[in-house]
Amino acid sequence: MLELVVFYLFATTSVVSAILVITRQNAVHSAMFLAGTLLSVAGVFLSLRAEFLAGVQVIVYVGGILVLFVFVIMLVPMDRAMFERTYNRQGKVALVTAAILVIEFGYVIFNSQGSFVFPSGVIEPPVAGNSQWVGTVLYTNYLLPFEIASILLLVAIIGAVVLSKKPSGPEGQGAAGD
Amino acid sequence: MVPVHHYLLLSVALFTIGVVGVLTRRNVLIILMSIELMMNAVNINLIAFSAEWQQVNGQVFAIFVIVVAAAEAAVGLGIVIAMFANKETVNVNEIDLMKW
Repeated sequence: MLELVVFYLFATTSVVSAILVITRQNAVHSAMFLAGTLLSVAGVFLSLRAEFLAGVQVIVYVGGILVLFVFVIMLVPMDRAMFERTYNRQGKVALVTAAILVIEFGYVIFNSQGSFVFPSGVIEPPVAGNSQWVGTVLYTNYLLPFEIASILLLVAIIGAVVLSKKPSGPEGQGAAGD
Repeated sequence: MVPVHHYLLLSVALFTIGVVGVLTRRNVLIILMSIELMMNAVNINLIAFSAEWQQVNGQVFAIFVIVVAAAEAAVGLGIVIAMFANKETVNVNEIDLMKW
């Protein structure tokens, strides 16, 4: 019963702040509500007993990606955008797409909800804790994808630096944005 | 214990909100935030099924999704800054050089 209450608390918070993310006109407000959504999703992870993922969610998403968003909002002046239309003219397209998605997923989920059942009782990890379990599998079965992910991050760092670099050289031409 | 399909419905809700945000907003930063919402929906699905099957593979995949989201955010925001330096706008309507 308590689990159900906790889950619905976090689920409601995450959905409500997700709706606020896409409806606020000020980008800073959207970023703050995105923080609310991400923290609530971390709570949902906790209710699934994925403690390591909840920590990663808070550290990487809220502490890393969201701070990056706020920095870019600070660097890009948004004064003009405050007095303009918030939405483009694709409301009908969005409505139809959302309806198709909800009907499709709802049909599948409600037809097969009997086959999605959690095993009764508490999940017993084969090792001491969730973090150790994730780490063991990550460093044995998924070692090669792990290394590839590190290369992806390296490429992303270099790419971000090159993209946001100021144009250099006498003619003002460089790698940035050309 | 909460039934699995509740988690799936939460995931559907977040994913649909993300899709609507990508399709309707003009500010490219909000569009990137909506993409993060969709990735979170996928992570909820992965971890719910990981808990259902008592396997940890779903959680490892969710870590990879988070890695890709971090890389995407870094490069995407770099592109936004470079684009603002060139075109002085963050509205996707005005970035129509490659529009047919």
